[in-house]
Amino acid sequence: MTEKAETLIEIKNLTFSRGERKIFDGITLSIPKGKITAIMGPSGSGKTTLLKLIAGQLQPDSGEVYVEGLNIHQLSRKNIYKLRRKMGMLFQSGALLTDLSVFDNVAFPLREHTKLSDEMIYALVLMKLQAVGLRGAKDLMPSELSGGMSRRVALARGIALDPEMIFYDEPFVGQDPITKGVLVKLIQTLNESLGLTSVLVSHDVDEVMLIADYICVISEGKLIAEGTKETLLQESTGYVNQFIHGLPDGPVPFHFPNVSYADDLDRIQGGLK
Amino acid sequence: MSHLMGGFQGVLQRIGRSFLENIAVFGRGSLFILSLLSAVPSVLFRMDLLLKQIYIAGVLSLPIILMAGLFVGMVLSLQGYNILVEFNAEEAVGSMTALSLLRELGPVVGALLFAGRAGSALTAEIGLMRSTEQISALEMMAVDPLKFIYAPRFVAVIIALPLLVLIFNALGVFGGYLVSVSWLGVDSGAFWSQMSSQVDWQEDVMNGIIKSVVFGVLIAIIALFQGVNAIPSSEGVSSATTRTVVHSSLGILGLDFILTSIMFN
Repeated sequence: MTEKAETLIEIKNLTFSRGERKIFDGITLSIPKGKITAIMGPSGSGKTTLLKLIAGQLQPDSGEVYVEGLNIHQLSRKNIYKLRRKMGMLFQSGALLTDLSVFDNVAFPLREHTKLSDEMIYALVLMKLQAVGLRGAKDLMPSELSGGMSRRVALARGIALDPEMIFYDEPFVGQDPITKGVLVKLIQTLNESLGLTSVLVSHDVDEVMLIADYICVISEGKLIAEGTKETLLQESTGYVNQFIHGLPDGPVPFHFPNVSYADDLDRIQGGLK
Repeated sequence: MSHLMGGFQGVLQRIGRSFLENIAVFGRGSLFILSLLSAVPSVLFRMDLLLKQIYIAGVLSLPIILMAGLFVGMVLSLQGYNILVEFNAEEAVGSMTALSLLRELGPVVGALLFAGRAGSALTAEIGLMRSTEQISALEMMAVDPLKFIYAPRFVAVIIALPLLVLIFNALGVFGGYLVSVSWLGVDSGAFWSQMSSQVDWQEDVMNGIIKSVVFGVLIAIIALFQGVNAIPSSEGVSSATTRTVVHSSLGILGLDFILTSIMFN
């Protein structure tokens, strides 16, 4: 990473809980402009929640999120929606509108937010679908698409309004190696060719290592490491090492917290018969 | 003893928790209704969305409303005829059928059928849209679901139900005519003239329409609220759908009593 790139998103002392469970406990991190930043962490560490907090879909308990210098949680509903026009989000499931065809899904944000002519929209949609390689699938319905194709259509929809930043929620989960390869290439080329800022939430270490300029690792509500992939790969101890190299045991124990195995077995009154 | 105390405490805790949860649901519901109402004017600018929803909620409910209206009218006049004929008053069967339909059966049966047909569909649709992140995706595309999804459906239901109830009433009267005049031989002139002299525009027709508008608001609020608050799983959506039908049906019957006692007392 070049020295001190401009910051697009800044998270300060963010705390968020769901019920009794604290998901973020004073997390602070910044996301540089024009780069691909990956936020990594184990399942259930609240990565998706973090994206929703950045996009203003959830309210934090305390702390601030600044997007382009604006505190998103203090904006009016109208201004949040204005800011979201600069954001694209790729949901894990794709989240296509199921009653619209592929073409209409990609055209949807254009039709809602612009007054472009039908011909112009047609041309733009084809361009976006061409970018994700699915121009030929424009007449299919979402139910006829595979998981990988849905995500690519969702990606085309996400870039339909030429956003400045795009968020990817677990883009590689449950995909075959070829689709993963396609998504990796797409994320990378889109980021370069459109000058986007990409935020990638994932726990697929291999794919993230291929494309991320900058990586933040979160665990148990805290940021525990950040840096380029080279610096993270050099970590030889502790949680980051365990996570990056996928070791079964380490600071994160293999066993779910419980009373000792012997005590648990002792509960069988009178022993096994 | 301490065991007993513990049990007692547990019961108290459960009562307290369910009380608090109910208050929270009430609060969420009120906030939801307020935000829904604030989004209603936006529907004026999106006639395309409104018309589509009126088609889905209203036009697609027509078959069940037509059939039900016809049969309810036929049964009413058959039963009415059997009783009235003993008093040589079978000509009154027309006005009896029309009054029962306009005042009570049209709005109530129409609304009950509508809650089962369109209200449940609305809850399931919104519950599934939430569980598949479509609502979230709309928010991220800077499209406000309140204006794009909820408000058009809310208004569509309130417009569609009174129209359906009017059609239900018309078919009911027609069914009554078929049975009493064409089948049982009541004089056609007497059937219509009794009806037109007995039925009052303000008292009967308008009050029936007002009832159906109130039921429409009730169904729309319950169906949307249950959809929005459905737990995003197949089980959650199915129980939310059930709740929509049960709550709307009970609400319709209860409100009907209140409205009747205000209107016809």
